Amino acid sequence: MARSRLDTSGLHVLGVRHHGPGSARAVRAALEEIKPEAVLIEGPPEADALTSLVGELEPPVALLAYAAEKEGPRRDAGEGWAFWPFASFSPEWEALRYAVGHGVPVRFCDLPAAHTLAERMAAAEERRQREEDPDAAGEAPEAEEPERVRLDPLGVLAEAAGYDDAERWWDDVVEQRGPGEPSPFPAIADAMAAVRAESAPESGREARREAYMRQTLRAVLREGHQRVAVVCGAWHAPALRDVADHPVKDDTALLRGLPKVRVNTTWVPWTHGRLAAASGYGAGVAAPGWYHHLFTAPDLPVHRWLTDAARLLREEGQPVSSSHVIEGVRLAESLAVLRGRPLAGLDEVSEALTSVLCEGEPARAALVHRRMALGERMGAVPPSTPMVPLQRDLVAAQKRLRLKPEPFDRDLDLDLRKENDRERGVLLHRLRMLDVPWGVPGPSAGGSKGTFRESWRLRWEPEMDVALIEASRWGTTVASAAAARAADLAAEADLPALTSLTERCLLADLGEALPRVLALLTDRAATDSDVTHLMAALPPLARSARYGDVRGTDGTRLRQVGEQLLRRVCVGLAPAVHGLDDEAAAEFVRHVDATHNAATLLGGEVLADWTAALASLARRDAVPGRIAGRVNRMLADGGLLEPAELRGRLGLAMSPGAEPAGAAAWLEGFLQGSGLILVHDEALLGLIDTWLLALPEERFTAVLPLLRRTFGNFTGPERTEIGAAAQRLGSAPAAAPGAPVRADADTERAAPALATALAILTSGRSLG
Amino acid sequence: MTTSAPAIRTDAAQALRPHAEQTHAAELEALAKADDRQRPPGWKLSPWAVTQYLLGTTLDDGTEITPKYIGARRVVEIAVATLATDRALLLIGVPGTAKTWLSEHLAAAVSGDSTLLVQGTAGTSEEAVRYGWNYARLLAEGPSEAALVPSPVMTAMARGSIGRIEELTRMPSDVQDGLITVLSEKALPVAELGIEVQAQRGFNIIATANDRDRGVNDLSSALRRRFNTVVLPVPDSAEDEVRIVTQRVEQLGRALDLPEVPASLTEIQRVVTVFRELRSGVTEDNGTKVKSPSGTLSTAEAISVITNGIALAAHFGDGRLRPADVAAGIQGAVVQDRVSDGVVWREYLETVARGREGWGDFYRACREVGA
Repeated sequence: MARSRLDTSGLHVLGVRHHGPGSARAVRAALEEIKPEAVLIEGPPEADALTSLVGELEPPVALLAYAAEKEGPRRDAGEGWAFWPFASFSPEWEALRYAVGHGVPVRFCDLPAAHTLAERMAAAEERRQREEDPDAAGEAPEAEEPERVRLDPLGVLAEAAGYDDAERWWDDVVEQRGPGEPSPFPAIADAMAAVRAESAPESGREARREAYMRQTLRAVLREGHQRVAVVCGAWHAPALRDVADHPVKDDTALLRGLPKVRVNTTWVPWTHGRLAAASGYGAGVAAPGWYHHLFTAPDLPVHRWLTDAARLLREEGQPVSSSHVIEGVRLAESLAVLRGRPLAGLDEVSEALTSVLCEGEPARAALVHRRMALGERMGAVPPSTPMVPLQRDLVAAQKRLRLKPEPFDRDLDLDLRKENDRERGVLLHRLRMLDVPWGVPGPSAGGSKGTFRESWRLRWEPEMDVALIEASRWGTTVASAAAARAADLAAEADLPALTSLTERCLLADLGEALPRVLALLTDRAATDSDVTHLMAALPPLARSARYGDVRGTDGTRLRQVGEQLLRRVCVGLAPAVHGLDDEAAAEFVRHVDATHNAATLLGGEVLADWTAALASLARRDAVPGRIAGRVNRMLADGGLLEPAELRGRLGLAMSPGAEPAGAAAWLEGFLQGSGLILVHDEALLGLIDTWLLALPEERFTAVLPLLRRTFGNFTGPERTEIGAAAQRLGSAPAAAPGAPVRADADTERAAPALATALAILTSGRSLG
Repeated sequence: MTTSAPAIRTDAAQALRPHAEQTHAAELEALAKADDRQRPPGWKLSPWAVTQYLLGTTLDDGTEITPKYIGARRVVEIAVATLATDRALLLIGVPGTAKTWLSEHLAAAVSGDSTLLVQGTAGTSEEAVRYGWNYARLLAEGPSEAALVPSPVMTAMARGSIGRIEELTRMPSDVQDGLITVLSEKALPVAELGIEVQAQRGFNIIATANDRDRGVNDLSSALRRRFNTVVLPVPDSAEDEVRIVTQRVEQLGRALDLPEVPASLTEIQRVVTVFRELRSGVTEDNGTKVKSPSGTLSTAEAISVITNGIALAAHFGDGRLRPADVAAGIQGAVVQDRVSDGVVWREYLETVARGREGWGDFYRACREVGA
């Protein structure tokens, strides 16, 4: 027995083209003819246990194998896992369905993912080391570009037969067989053997793969199965068919001592878009929609395709009649004849679509064609599929919130006052925290935080399952994992990052993580000596404290932290402004403005502290003119500065002894945003007027650009009014003819309206 | 009447511009001999041979078939397949994208006759697409077949050959719609005589229209639906366009008996480059944006700029095509609107042409013309 030659009389090797509908049909027919007792399929053997689920899966799906250990070398995207996609028109899928449907034992025979992933991770590790240590990159990375013949052997054969499309050639040689003709697979294997004889023997990974496939095959044959069918890439067919010619010990030697990792496998939903993508895990199927159509359409594929296209065009509001479709089919068929093809293919239908159905409009045709050729669809897996707890939690949440993962963009508007919508928003925010960008917030969600609306754009990508599996080390539910992730992020974040993290925690309703993030925030605030950092951190916090009302989160703690921050700002304010140049001062003014808004939002005692700090700042000398001007204006606007006092300060700043450039900067800060104050307070205008008139000519030209910058920012009407006011200054104040007459307001009657307006503007808190 | 009118019948050999089937008679004959594929009824060649005629090839017996249409094979294949399905063909494109050229050669190859032509204008009357009467005869003899003057379309139907309609959208809408019966029933009733002309096998219509002009009469959807539409693109690559221009200039030169002037490839390339850059609004190296003028700047215009330049060089120059010879022509083509295009052209000269290596002569010549 030990040396007896393997009996391969019952072995049928079906060499296929991956994701070829022609191959899939042929495989089905061949299997029904062979009636195998065991089926072997190219794929990771770790997934053998998962084949029982095939009946419940809805393609396209993919086998996912991922390295199980959590610790270990740092992993980048794309190296700790691998996918084996299956579409409804994949021959492997047909074989799986046949085997499961007929209760035939089925096994995957490719090299285990344990080795594949271990190799890949080691290679990535090596690459990283090379990058970190450029000196070691002496020897060039060995070119692993497989030659084209290996990538697409059927394409090479088709080319030899004078076809430019392998699938079409395959259709001709495989599909167009009369009944009773022998199966095409022996011929395929022969052809491949001929192609392989021309090229160098397999080496490296490919050799190991084939060795492993043979080992599995031997094991299955020795189990005593009479008829065994193997479905594998056509390229491997000869190597498996002639299994008896390969010595066992060579194969064992090849497979000895391979690196290994612990691997888990599962099924994940896949999409046609992924199948079409030529890079990454895409299978490079140019038109999965077309293939799916070819495989599922019972007959007349061209007729049905163009009818579907017509329906799509009608949905888009285009008048497309049945006669268009008739003529489209005729054109496609006569084009096929002209090109010497037995059947109209995708090119022909696409041209018929443009010329007939779309009446020559390429843009419209391209839209419909792209949509149909891709035929976007997403597979589904049953709940019994092995999943990490995090995935299960998400599936449950999706079900509860009626949010379905879909492979195309969908816009979602949420009304946060509704319980269900609020939870949806929270879920999406939590997923973002876990780096699962299922939803991307729309513009309105980013800008106006106080709103009760949130808009999202949803699109599920198959990689997100991987991201979820990756994220499962953070926790078993979406909420706990997101909280853990937030705490982890916080540990290394600097102050501005921490505040935005706070905001994200609030949006994601991560009450558990918030205390830790806030504690870190206060720590950082205590040690961070840069006041501008503190000031930058404050506005999101203040917004969040107020935002809490809409979302029902508790704002008290936030408020405390915000107030603490603001107090630190108040203390550090005066030293920070010292010696800033004009540009830095302009930047600082922006921070002061933002902080002022934040302080107003926070209100209460700290607001008083803040205004006190501002008031003391305004009195100081050696504050850059721009900041001093702006602060004085803020105080004046807040009613904290008597007009007389303000005039005094303006007069000081504009006095002849002061440097004109500094005075102009003061003025710029003072008038930033709006110059209307000059219209209402003629005394101020008079002071500026006097200052300007008193300037000697060369000084006047020196400050002119600054003044122009200041006044240039005002709106046209504002400038006109200031101009008119300045004119009035010159003439006798009482007798100015044509001057706008201000109507006397009845203050008593206006009082309620004013109070209401004030309440609206300050959201109930008066400026106090 | 003492002076006799000049003879209307002319000699094809002396024609200023021979028809496609006359120019390429030898090629058509060789193709017909080599063509062993099935021909649709009424066709002189099989669809395969028609494509070969248009795209150019070398036959087994060594006959060289020159390419007539340089561009996407797909366009020609769709056009031929359309004619083979007895659907009418509508060629659309901006002016100068070889619509008329393609339609003439298609007609020549399919039915050996490209002369059954109706030119669409605002004044085209219904007689031009249906039939008219010889009124003297009509009055003398009453309605009879002898008094009937068939239109090119009617003749094409009776003969089973291809009828051509140029600038279909320029015809008034009611005249256009006269074609609907022709295209759907494939018959043209003559009510006055109580007969009808039924189209013979091989009859079809090729119409051209341009989608650039405004103020044309758009096709009614009833008519539109009877056409398969092929949009002719502007040439993809600069090489293609240079090839088209070179080939056509050579042929035109021969036909017009211009003195032999070596058509300098640099000048052709230069003209094509200028046209392409102005058309696309960006320089070939994708480095500088330029404004586009109001004209179309088609390949056909490039061809006429070059032929014009060759005539100048032959008669007034030193027998070589120099930048100065194309300068006037190119400016005439670009500057359609004196004010706005003038600015565009001057800007192009100053920002692009001036600094380009080897373009000094051209730049100076253009400046001279413009001054």
